[in-house]
Amino acid sequence: MTALRVPARPEQDASLRPVPWRRMAWVTWRQHRFALAGVAALLGALAVYLWLAGLRVHHAWTAAAACRPASSDACGNLIGGFLATYWPTAQLIAALLLTAPALIGAFVGAPVLARELETGTFRFAWTQGFGRWRWTLAKLVPLAITVAAAAGVFSVLFSWYFQPFFAAGQQIPLAPAVFGLRGVAFAAWTLAAFAIGGLAGLLIRRVVPAIAATLAAYTGLALAAGLYLRQHYLTPLLTSNPNPPGSPWMIGQSAWIVSQWWTKGGKPISQSVLSQVLQGAPQLAGKGGVPQSPNVTQYLNQHGYTLWTSYQPGSRFWPFQWIEGGWLLALSVLLIAATVWLVRRRAA
Amino acid sequence: MSTNVIEASGLSKRYGSTWALRECTLAIAAGHVAALVGPNGAGKTTLLNLAVGMLAPTAGTIEVLGGRPAGSPAALDGIAFVAQDTPLYKNLPAADMLHLTRNLNRRFDQDYAEARLGELGIPLNRKTGRLSGGQQAQFALTLALARRPRLLVLDEPVAMLDPVARHDFMALVMTAMAADGVSVVLSSHVLAELERVADYLILLSRGRVQVAGEVEDLLASHRVLTGPAAEADRYAERLRVVHARRGEAQAHLLVRACAGDPVPPGWEAHPVGLEELALAYLRESGAAALPGPARSRNAEPSEVTR
Repeated sequence: MTALRVPARPEQDASLRPVPWRRMAWVTWRQHRFALAGVAALLGALAVYLWLAGLRVHHAWTAAAACRPASSDACGNLIGGFLATYWPTAQLIAALLLTAPALIGAFVGAPVLARELETGTFRFAWTQGFGRWRWTLAKLVPLAITVAAAAGVFSVLFSWYFQPFFAAGQQIPLAPAVFGLRGVAFAAWTLAAFAIGGLAGLLIRRVVPAIAATLAAYTGLALAAGLYLRQHYLTPLLTSNPNPPGSPWMIGQSAWIVSQWWTKGGKPISQSVLSQVLQGAPQLAGKGGVPQSPNVTQYLNQHGYTLWTSYQPGSRFWPFQWIEGGWLLALSVLLIAATVWLVRRRAA
Repeated sequence: MSTNVIEASGLSKRYGSTWALRECTLAIAAGHVAALVGPNGAGKTTLLNLAVGMLAPTAGTIEVLGGRPAGSPAALDGIAFVAQDTPLYKNLPAADMLHLTRNLNRRFDQDYAEARLGELGIPLNRKTGRLSGGQQAQFALTLALARRPRLLVLDEPVAMLDPVARHDFMALVMTAMAADGVSVVLSSHVLAELERVADYLILLSRGRVQVAGEVEDLLASHRVLTGPAAEADRYAERLRVVHARRGEAQAHLLVRACAGDPVPPGWEAHPVGLEELALAYLRESGAAALPGPARSRNAEPSEVTR
């Protein structure tokens, strides 16, 4: 037979320039605009609420803080009233916000690859001229930057909203409940959650299980960071004098107490021994728990016991923010790089 | 200039402990409609996925379009792949699907694609998920052809289609083939369809290439001998029988033989059809496991043109 000849098309073979990156922008936007709209709606609605609530909180706090003399009972009652009114809501908002990065990572990050793999469209997408790994990179990176930036802007607003509660001494910036919601941490956690979602979607290949796995992995990571990692970012300071001049009875208002223990003659003393000692001073005991009130401490000090406190001073807030943001950024880059590498390797 | 659109050498692919494809060596020259035939699990989809770079070989090499590594940017640029079940983004309107495909490729013939959609009666604002199965397949093929590929790879393109849609689909493939010189490699279960369109046949069996060659040559080198069943065994020893079908009185032997070869007395020789040939080899995967048609002029299992 006479074979049909493919017409020579030299322009295709010579200098094959890849499809420009910017062409993926429309594709990513078109396919993920609903997910991004969801993020915008979630954070936008919360932002409007925070703005309105924040105005009331700041107004009330300004009034309470202006009270003079500050140490009077009347002023104390005013601040107490402020906290009674606004603190429960603030706590609830902070608790809800802790879940926001996980939700964004699970519902925006996980489907990016899982949906393609689940519906089979990856066979279409990955055989186009753009190329498989470039497609993956061009989807994950802009989406990651977008959600992280949105979270970053939002956390500035939250910081402003929450400021009066720090001023009132109700919460410290290093506390696990709010540390991850302010500074660079909120954006970094959102970024990490998204990167976890992307990789989970590739490995699990189905949307719903990938979402569940992302939520689980994120929760585990956040708990590990809050409970174990963060207190070791820098070596905690140690003091045996919990009452430096100028502070009521603790090491400044803003320090994050890592741990406390009693010693006598250089040896650690167990709780049961302390309880026995305190029974010699019946007017102090009876409340149970760790004896920490000034009187108890004084009493024990007089009997040769020393209270040691390891703590992270409040001045370490920003160093800690940069450390946490730094390792989360590194982790996210690693996860996204691993995702792209796996997509590339799956096939040639 | 004639190139091989697919050239595999010792190509093997293993999933866990199962070999989906073993030591597959073949070359398909440009300008063919090559049909990949074989039972389920023979490795058809694996071979096609290797050709488009969706899988990496466990061993061996596969090159496309004259020496481009499968899956490389240069290879992807010249190959359009329509996967099994013709995946499309179901929530995208047809127009956005065109836009997306245009953005993902260096070339995209928007006018051609829109004209084809017009002929198919697919409105641009219709979501692809709301198209009929036949329309989805046609749409996926249109997207592939609008990329102006040099090689079109189709994995079971008509399996899910009704006869009319099947006919229309293959007609579009043949038009593209004739008009643009697109080479086509397709896998299919539907043997009857292949007879009309394929001019190159690759038969896979249990991950190995059983037959590979131009349809014309294959048909010329095989024929069916019909004669008394009682004599079948006697001749079966002397002739190169691919497949024997015995009735009460008569036996039909598919043998490898050229037109001039002598016919035993009392027997009749008939030319063989592609479907019959393919079926015979499919039934005799063990007996005829080795490469294809014995051809005196070439020891290679397939024709390599460079």
